[in-house]
Amino acid sequence: MMRLRRRPGFTTVMLVLGLLFLYLPMVVLVVYSFNASRLVTVWAGFSTQWYGELFRDQQILSAVWTSLKIAFFAASMAVCLGTVAAFVMTRYGHFRGKTALSSMVTAPLVMPEVITGLSLLLLFVQMAQLIGWPADRGMATIWIAHTTFCSAYVAVVVAARLREIDRSIEEAAMDLGSPPVKTFFFITLPVISPALAAGWLLAFTLSLDDLVIASFVSGPGANTLPMVVFSSVRMGVSPKINALATLIILAVSLTTLLAWFFMRRGEAKRKALLRQAESA
Amino acid sequence: MMPSRIAGFVKRLQLGRRAVIALPLLWLTLFFLLPFALVLKISLSEAAIAIPPYGPLVEYADQTLNIFLNLGNYLFLLSDSLYVAAYWGSIKTAFVATAVCLLIGYPMAYAMARAPGRWQLILLLLVMLPSWTSFLIRVYAWMGILSNSGLINNVLLGMGLIDSPLRMMNTQFAVIIGIVYAYLPFMVLPLYAHLTRLDNSLLEAASDLGSRKLNTFIKVTLPLSMGGIIAGSMLVFIPAVGEFVIPELLGGPDTLMIGKVLWEEFFLNRDWPVASALAMVMLLLLLIPIVWFHRYQSRELES
Repeated sequence: MMRLRRRPGFTTVMLVLGLLFLYLPMVVLVVYSFNASRLVTVWAGFSTQWYGELFRDQQILSAVWTSLKIAFFAASMAVCLGTVAAFVMTRYGHFRGKTALSSMVTAPLVMPEVITGLSLLLLFVQMAQLIGWPADRGMATIWIAHTTFCSAYVAVVVAARLREIDRSIEEAAMDLGSPPVKTFFFITLPVISPALAAGWLLAFTLSLDDLVIASFVSGPGANTLPMVVFSSVRMGVSPKINALATLIILAVSLTTLLAWFFMRRGEAKRKALLRQAESA
Repeated sequence: MMPSRIAGFVKRLQLGRRAVIALPLLWLTLFFLLPFALVLKISLSEAAIAIPPYGPLVEYADQTLNIFLNLGNYLFLLSDSLYVAAYWGSIKTAFVATAVCLLIGYPMAYAMARAPGRWQLILLLLVMLPSWTSFLIRVYAWMGILSNSGLINNVLLGMGLIDSPLRMMNTQFAVIIGIVYAYLPFMVLPLYAHLTRLDNSLLEAASDLGSRKLNTFIKVTLPLSMGGIIAGSMLVFIPAVGEFVIPELLGGPDTLMIGKVLWEEFFLNRDWPVASALAMVMLLLLLIPIVWFHRYQSRELES
């Protein structure tokens, strides 16, 4: 460690360079969002006009609202499904269909989006022919698609936490006669709640971010934010998109800062409790 | 307690247990597994001018059951060199991008795992944060940097290092930069997870026994982090093969990638059967990497 301080090693240099690589493009985006010129790459003085234009763009505003609604409901449903899947995989030992379930939980993590999108669209078309639902594709079909792939991410996050926690508390509750359902809601859930929050946030950002799957399963009625941004970006760079990017980066950074603060406080509290327990 | 009541309680538990297992299993079977069967089905049908634009596989008329299995779409993919080139181009591009990610990501993850404890969480959040902002916008950022009137060319021209702008946008190079940039966090995360778990005493033992640093790295660190290398590489490689947004925005005429071809077959040509056949072949090509990824992931999930 002392040697590290005198002369930064190869890996430390790579870490700094890697972080610069990750952050410089985002800094460029933010800086040019305050550019007065319409040409994104020529600096013509400081201006906030693009933010004004962004907030007057009805198409973008309504797409933001659509995306937020879908992301909220998809993340909430994904947390329910993903948590149940994680619980079943970590606590139930062996059962029929376990391999199938664990495959269906890990495969969406890597499945190319064009395949997922196409396959779900074909399902919805077939369902509409067979049972008459969904008659129109739109928010409901995007919600189902997002819930499905987001629940896989939630399951991985929650399963990691479920394996980490001390099972003796759950076992003690069961030994004292608490039924499994009660044990789950009063013992397990509170203990894994940070993982549930992390899983929900991850699912929310994944749903907000998805372009490809939503494009396949959406109908003419529903345009999500990535769909509107994509059709604008295809035409070339536009300072309004830079302004939007800046606001997204700001929101994500603030949320991360908040999460970091809570994680640190939780850690400090745990350490204080441990010290108390040791001195008692 | 009477035995029958115990039996009833156990039976109720069993029922509850089955219901809990059934919920995620049914949802994922219906919305993840079943759709693949439909892709296979449509890939064997004939394109038709109808809504939806494909013909039926099974027809019952005049007391005869006709089953049509049309292999034409697959033969068509083989006969047109465009598709073969697109598959090959995707695999090549994804492979190079994965290798670059690994070369950048491994030292990053190593430095993070060796950093003082209070720094590790901050560094981890710093690496992951970009991946929580919009994917589309991060690809878009490179359009402003790489284009002919973009940041890099402006700087180089301004410094007098070049006379005319370098063509970087709409090239294979831009696509690889885009993939590396977008997927780097997914490479670093599993590598970091494996490297933090590395037992320091093993490295000390190796150095006590006189092993050189490089030797220790190759014989101890690398094999012990193999799980992370495989997980990280698959998290980059598999989605990158089917990538659509990056070749669409940063690529040019020389970048032929299968995700983009599939998109165009579906949305522009409205040829659903050919798009389905393209998806089936892509899935087949990716089956081995996906199974490989799943084996490591489920070992993680169950350990």
